[in-house]
Amino acid sequence: MSVTGRTPSALADWILMVLFAAAVLTMPWWLAPFGANYPDLMQKFAIYGVFAVGFNLLFGLTGYLSFGHAAFLGVGSYTAVWCFKLLTMNVLPALVASVVVAGIFAFLIGFVSLRRSGIYFSILTLAFAQMSYNLAYSVLTPITNGETGLQLSLSDPRVVDSALGVEVTRSLPSTTFFGIKMSGISGFYFCAVVLIIAFFVALRITRSPFGMMLKAIKSNQTRMKYTGFNTRPYLIWAFVISGMYAGLAGALLSITDPLAGAERMQWTASGEVVLMTILGGVGTMIGPVLGAALIKYLENIFSAINTGELTRMLSWVPEGMQDFAVSTVGLFVGDGWHLTLGLMFMIVVVFLPGGIMEGVRRIARLFSRRKAGPVEPPRATNIATAGEGGA
Amino acid sequence: MDAILLQVLNGLDKGAAYALIALGLTLVFGTLGVVNFAHGALFMFGAFCAVTLEKVLTISTKVKDESITFFEAYKEVPILEANFPVVGGFIVDWSVPFAILLAIPVMLIIGLVMERGLIRHFYNRPHADQILVTFGLAIVAQEIIRHYFGANPIPQLAPDAFAGAAPIGELFGLGKNVVYPWWRLVYLGFATLIIGGVFAFLQFTTFGMVVRAGMQDRETVGLLGINIQRRFTIVFALAAVVAGLAGVMYTPILPPNYHMGMDFLVLSFVVVVVGGMGSLGGAVLAGFLLGILQSFASMTEVKSIVPGIDQIIIYLVAVVVLLVRPRGLLGRKGVMED
Repeated sequence: MSVTGRTPSALADWILMVLFAAAVLTMPWWLAPFGANYPDLMQKFAIYGVFAVGFNLLFGLTGYLSFGHAAFLGVGSYTAVWCFKLLTMNVLPALVASVVVAGIFAFLIGFVSLRRSGIYFSILTLAFAQMSYNLAYSVLTPITNGETGLQLSLSDPRVVDSALGVEVTRSLPSTTFFGIKMSGISGFYFCAVVLIIAFFVALRITRSPFGMMLKAIKSNQTRMKYTGFNTRPYLIWAFVISGMYAGLAGALLSITDPLAGAERMQWTASGEVVLMTILGGVGTMIGPVLGAALIKYLENIFSAINTGELTRMLSWVPEGMQDFAVSTVGLFVGDGWHLTLGLMFMIVVVFLPGGIMEGVRRIARLFSRRKAGPVEPPRATNIATAGEGGA
Repeated sequence: MDAILLQVLNGLDKGAAYALIALGLTLVFGTLGVVNFAHGALFMFGAFCAVTLEKVLTISTKVKDESITFFEAYKEVPILEANFPVVGGFIVDWSVPFAILLAIPVMLIIGLVMERGLIRHFYNRPHADQILVTFGLAIVAQEIIRHYFGANPIPQLAPDAFAGAAPIGELFGLGKNVVYPWWRLVYLGFATLIIGGVFAFLQFTTFGMVVRAGMQDRETVGLLGINIQRRFTIVFALAAVVAGLAGVMYTPILPPNYHMGMDFLVLSFVVVVVGGMGSLGGAVLAGFLLGILQSFASMTEVKSIVPGIDQIIIYLVAVVVLLVRPRGLLGRKGVMED
């Protein structure tokens, strides 16, 4: 959604797209000064970027806050690992299958949940996600392998692979993309390309009449209905697409590390993707990706600090204060990383509801106040954009 | 018959906890219009009041163990008990009920600070924002508890007087198999008392009348020159106390851990929705109902027919209720029906 209530031109979108692709693909270089240019972390940036972009398609466009998106991530992960176990170590079938299965799953849940809106929708999705999570831990253990998590084993059939005569190794095989091993830097590039494609599709969806329709639903659903639109199919499609994105992210998680556990479906995981989207900026294109990367980056830094390291870092504090300083800061790092996350959550919602992107906009406005006329605040743009919805 | 009665009883104590939390949630929603995802944290804070008190009371010294005569042996005895054998021992034994006295002021303060410091800025923000900010607060609360009390559950003991099980079956002539822990009976009685107290407070006091009027039509009450805001703030603190007391008394049943708040919160929300958003009676009714349903679903006979039903029954009921009767069991027409 653009701030000024005006849809950016196609040219601007292409520039955005090219810049985005360039930024993502050159991550190994420009992340080096931050110490974040190793593949494991960059993969996470890309994967959770996909997740957040998809979540934003639902929450950002329609305003429907789902608290159960982690369920689709989990379903995608399980599907991908099962593909590796039964069919082939090639990642392509796994990707496709995960997206399809997560989509079907999202359709079923969305079909029911979308009969309500507002807080009821949030609670319904939360209930469904908790149901999936509980089932994954209990009755569905044959499929999910319960607490241990689903993983590859040497006795897996891998029908396609054995039909194609891929030689059986003694150790566990790794996932491949037509021969390219999906580990290390190549794994990152694979995720990055998927992210770029996913971003492109999301951009096209946002700019399409369909996306306009979704924004109109957000600004005034009642008016939409009075105008004669049946909003339900649009909502269901948005939910399914968003669920497919989550499934895709889940598949990528399994591709980079073929192990799927039920904790991915827990509602705290759903809360995390909400935070990523909010932190970056709800309804913006780049925001969710930024938010996802920032959270994963901070998580990586904060949770790695242990007490010993902290004591060394705080050695400049005067003698008497040192223990106190260490214990206070220790609250926020290491195991306490979630505390920082929760605080960030609150601070962003309280002070910067538009997320980083709004912050950037505010700063930009400071510099260009004279040139631009009065800029509408983001919350007031809803009706302005809705007018173009029917076109 | 016995088995059924037993399951009903088993469900009641869990249901009582759901009902108490859901009651607070509904009060807050009905008065302030805020969806409070941090309400479970209040329940947890209450439980940890009991833990803290127990820890403080049982700060121990080494005392010579007289029962061992062969060699010099020492045992740990709470200072309180060592100095005042009778009274001290009694206080240590009854630490959970005594924790109520600690929890009331603590929860009042936490409630007031939370409302004045955070919630009031969110009256006019969308529900999504309220959910998000209180969700963040809930995470912060649970992480603080985890930092200071560790990740493991900390078992609490009920007073010796209530240890063991009550032979309910014999009392009512239903067979000897029907027994029920004393403490759970106490919890049930306590919950009934609190729920009755809250209803009586709202029904029979002037303060309660004003609050009810404010729930109906806040603006008119305000125009009549009543500072409705202040009363709603007090109601929030009251809800915090109710949740906290529910937590204190629940500790002997479920050893408190840092994520108990979240666990109960999700279920309590479901309870509120099933009961009807904004309906106090509905919250209580649905709390007990779902507690009992859950207990029936965990019977082995039921589980053998529908495997895994005990894990999902509450959510399933919520889904069905929301779809068939969106306003919930006792919800008023037109309140958050959409």
